[in-house]
Amino acid sequence: MWSFFWTFLKAFVVGGLLCAIGELLILKTRLTSARILVGYVTAGAILGAVGVWQPLADWAGAGATVPLLGFGNTLAQGALRAVKNRGILGAFTGGVEATAAGITAAIFFGYLMAILFKPKMKAE
Amino acid sequence: MNQQAKKNQWYLELVQKLTPKSELGKCLLRSFWVGGVICFLGQCLLMTGTGPMILSREDAAAFTSIVLVFLASLLTGVGVYDRIGKYAGGGSIVPITGFANSIVSCAMEYRREGLVMGVGARLFQIAGPVLVYGIGSSVVIGLIAWVVEVL
Amino acid sequence: MAERMGKQTSRLSRPPRVESFAACVGKKEGHGPLGSLFDEVHEDDTLGQKNWEKAESALFGAAVNRCLEKANLKPENARFLLGGDLLNQLAASCFACRDLGIPFLGLFGACSTMAESLAVGSMLLDGGSADRLVCAASSHFCTAERQFRFPLELGTQRPPSAQWTVTGAGAVLLHEQDMAAGVYPAVTHVTVGKPIDFGVTDANNMGAAMAPAAAATIRQHFYDASRTVDDYDFIVTGDLGRVGSELLRELLKKEGASLPEKKHIDCGLQIFAPEQDSHAGGSGCGCSASVLCAKLLPDMIAGRIRRMLFVATGALMSTTTGNEGENIPGIAHAVAFERMEA
Repeated sequence: MWSFFWTFLKAFVVGGLLCAIGELLILKTRLTSARILVGYVTAGAILGAVGVWQPLADWAGAGATVPLLGFGNTLAQGALRAVKNRGILGAFTGGVEATAAGITAAIFFGYLMAILFKPKMKAE
Repeated sequence: MNQQAKKNQWYLELVQKLTPKSELGKCLLRSFWVGGVICFLGQCLLMTGTGPMILSREDAAAFTSIVLVFLASLLTGVGVYDRIGKYAGGGSIVPITGFANSIVSCAMEYRREGLVMGVGARLFQIAGPVLVYGIGSSVVIGLIAWVVEVL
Repeated sequence: MAERMGKQTSRLSRPPRVESFAACVGKKEGHGPLGSLFDEVHEDDTLGQKNWEKAESALFGAAVNRCLEKANLKPENARFLLGGDLLNQLAASCFACRDLGIPFLGLFGACSTMAESLAVGSMLLDGGSADRLVCAASSHFCTAERQFRFPLELGTQRPPSAQWTVTGAGAVLLHEQDMAAGVYPAVTHVTVGKPIDFGVTDANNMGAAMAPAAAATIRQHFYDASRTVDDYDFIVTGDLGRVGSELLRELLKKEGASLPEKKHIDCGLQIFAPEQDSHAGGSGCGCSASVLCAKLLPDMIAGRIRRMLFVATGALMSTTTGNEGENIPGIAHAVAFERMEA
């Protein structure tokens, strides 16, 4: 029971901290959200490549995979694995293969929502 | 230092002094708990995937991404996600739901410019750079790994 | 013929008369402190149109039509329409004028457009090129967000220094005849401002980008016209907001022309109440235009203001030059209004 609870607590705290760091960067550097997202993905890929992120992802679960750093890590892990299996070709196929679900879902649902809904005036 | 540069510096310091700052503690706390809740939700989905749905770890992760992206897309469509974002800032930008929000909000905004050059092209206005740099770095990492292996 | 004073100011020999004026705004503005003063408050921010650009166009057209109606005139009675908005190619005002059918001079002065159109219009009237013309400006929150910032549904935070683009339009009808009976405001002086760059780059702090331009134009006006703050009941600025207003007073104090807080009105601080979440205040061409037409000009007719200097300020920012690393220069034009009684 405790280990079950502990799993969720780890996800909540690690995920929350990663988000708070993002917020701190936004407030302190006035970076736009596009730049934050780019920074997080790239940092995640590098941290994943040097082998830092995967142990954290194994430990914290969704706390480390849901923030975009995890997306970057998945890209890096995919490329590394594919290079092992397919050689240099894998460098070009591995990243997108591993992240295809998230990217495709975002494009598909994005298109769908644009058909279904109209942007609204910001609420007061 | 010339006259104008001196004046600019004096002025920009004055601007710094008079510009109100965001309340740091409050903003961080808000992004912490909202980001935490999104990741908690991710953990629930992940464990639903590996548990009752008997998926492999990778498939469970893919399932988690798809559901989170769907939820964020829907909340963006009905006009709720921008309010969450206003409250939580980084808390709802940094998770994959923020990535979904950036795609859906652009798609909706440019819907009126047509389905091809509006939605189709502008969908990636904010998410495009993320994919360029994310996929780009994965290729570089793969190439480096390949070189290391060959050597 | 107008008299040239100093380097940037003209004194109009036949001060054009403000014949009528109108302000039309959106929902949030209508719920603000000036809500009851506007001619039209549109609870639906789309104005029943298919897209935001058409909505802003409709708002622009509504203000011009209302203004003409109030003087019992038709669009063909106006010789020119001078005005603009914040969109690329002045989309909102161009398309509004397509429907109005008034000869159109499109002006871009970022958020300073209302003062710019009044300045150019007054000089045209004084020079005899027109007998009657309309000056107008508009902005819309939703078109401006897309043009300069992010999609509406993107979840971002606005910092405390950010301003809220006003959904609104204002139109003023000017007439060359200055010998009319009754009480009316008239334009006596015009000071055209220079773009001023103090190195501000923060697109979320427009007040800071514009304050130096406002200070420069106000000082130049005093210098050229041999006037001081004491000659005016109020110095009115367009949309400096909370941050910019404070900066303006600091800048003027440094130059030795202090502007007491009680003699300074900033339209951006008038239009929204603090609890309306506008952060540092309102902005946009429609901000100064609608506050001028809903509050300040009526106050002049009522005698609460006898003489004011209307200084609308603009931040000369484009997303392209911003991405290319350019600063955000500011510009401000000043128009002196005086209450005439005949």
